[in-house]
Amino acid sequence: MNVDEHSVIVKDLTKSFGDFVAVDHISFEVRAGEIFGLLGANGAGKTTTIRMLTGLLRPTSGGGTVHGWDVNTQFESIKKSIGYMSQRFSLYNDLTVKENLRFFGGVYGLSRTQVDERTEEMREGLGLGEWLNRRTGALPLGFKQRLALGAAILHRPAIVFLDEPTSGVDPIARRHFWELIDALAAQGVTIIVTTHYMDEAEYCNRLCVMHSAKIVSLGSPAELKRRHGAHSIEDVFIELVRGA
Amino acid sequence: MMMRAGSAERDGGAKVGDPAIRVEGIEKRFGVMVALSPVSFSVEPGEMFGLIGPDGAGKTTLMRILTSLIDPDGGEAWVLGLSVRSDASRVREVIGYMPQHFSLYSDLTVAENLRFFADLFGVARAEREARTRELLDFSRLGPFVKRRAGALSGGMKQKLALSCALIHTPKVLVLDEPTTGVDPVSRRDFWDMLERLRAQGVTLVVSTPYMNEASLCQHMVFIHKGKILASGSVGEITGLFQGAVFAVEGPDLRAISARLRGVVEPELVRILGDGVQVLALSERRGEIEKLLAAMKSEGLVSASREIPPGVEDSFVSLMRE
Repeated sequence: MNVDEHSVIVKDLTKSFGDFVAVDHISFEVRAGEIFGLLGANGAGKTTTIRMLTGLLRPTSGGGTVHGWDVNTQFESIKKSIGYMSQRFSLYNDLTVKENLRFFGGVYGLSRTQVDERTEEMREGLGLGEWLNRRTGALPLGFKQRLALGAAILHRPAIVFLDEPTSGVDPIARRHFWELIDALAAQGVTIIVTTHYMDEAEYCNRLCVMHSAKIVSLGSPAELKRRHGAHSIEDVFIELVRGA
Repeated sequence: MMMRAGSAERDGGAKVGDPAIRVEGIEKRFGVMVALSPVSFSVEPGEMFGLIGPDGAGKTTLMRILTSLIDPDGGEAWVLGLSVRSDASRVREVIGYMPQHFSLYSDLTVAENLRFFADLFGVARAEREARTRELLDFSRLGPFVKRRAGALSGGMKQKLALSCALIHTPKVLVLDEPTTGVDPVSRRDFWDMLERLRAQGVTLVVSTPYMNEASLCQHMVFIHKGKILASGSVGEITGLFQGAVFAVEGPDLRAISARLRGVVEPELVRILGDGVQVLALSERRGEIEKLLAAMKSEGLVSASREIPPGVEDSFVSLMRE
């Protein structure tokens, strides 16, 4: 493993399904500790890209590294280096918060003692304290969201993938969640966000917009707005996708 | 697409100048859970009215009461002058409803789904054929009329669901989070369709958890935990924000944010991709301006400017009260 400044490196990454090219020679690099947003309409190639970066799908050609591991060959090592959280998170509502964490820790090969130690460490940061022995189904959405993040980072991944992580939560819960994400990034954890919601895109250091299997723009939110003469990221997005 | 000329009978007790929807003191509990504390508001004819709020705020419950699908525990609501309690069947004739998880028959084609909903709402055959043509044109689903609904893309399914909700030419259309999970381009197309309906005189009530969609509505209420925290136009709601919003730039955004969080609550400071935004509520404004000036002289802040508050900024300040 050779990890330097770049946590994710993608070079000419391509994926075809028969005649259909889902991802067409894309290249980008993500720095360790960066919050990187991947945007695109349905069918743009976002999900296929994420599946290749998480070791679930093999590239047709090109390649790259995730935390130093080769996306063409080292899937198992990649899976151990990453965490994944979706707003449609798969927590077990009938289990308590603690039981959910033990379950997900077990999936990642952590012992119960390790899980309990890490739960204790995260307890304050995630604000889960008083909820640990409560049934997950009874938690407010904002807490479920923090729990889902906790479950995704228990094994201390170097890279965390977030899929529309704050969709549907209230504005204050959303701000608290991004504060946690920023604290993770400050510790050097790389954050890759996919979202349809520009409220979330604004929190990213850089955004990569995909359309028809290719990258059509890449830069910080301010750079993209300047480059495309738009007031909002949503307008940038609409222009890129409609104009292309 | 044409509106049906409203007969006096069909419009119930509504008179010119009356609101399209009037809600007075509506309450709803599910067991011990209070879904809606008494809420009151009215919607003018021909406007796009937003119910803005997070998941669990009570938006869906309110919409189900307006569409007469469930009864309130207290209060009363009228749609075009018709009581949702005592005139439920007539309310359903004048209102169209697109629930969040709409149910299309995936084994039926586009045309068969429209036919099914036409029969359900008792649309006469002659009218049905003309109406179907109008809706296929409106939704641009004409070329897909023989495709099974299950084989449509997400955006097209949504347009079909909207068309089904419009089959009986409702004067009031209620849509529950129609754009959740939809990509920005399809979302923009969908809002364009709603705007076209509004231009034809249809009154629309749309719920969304997304603040940036609020600007597409003439008036809105912000619902949180079953209560209305604010109502009005975008301008009126941003006008409720007491204080200033500062956009701050500098070489180390985390350091700037940490210093600001030493003075104000964390939710008032956001690190966005390439800047920090701080909500300086009136009573703290002086203190924050002083801190920003100090950080500027230390070289920590390179630039800071006041920017207009957004809808979300108002809501954040209201939620803290």
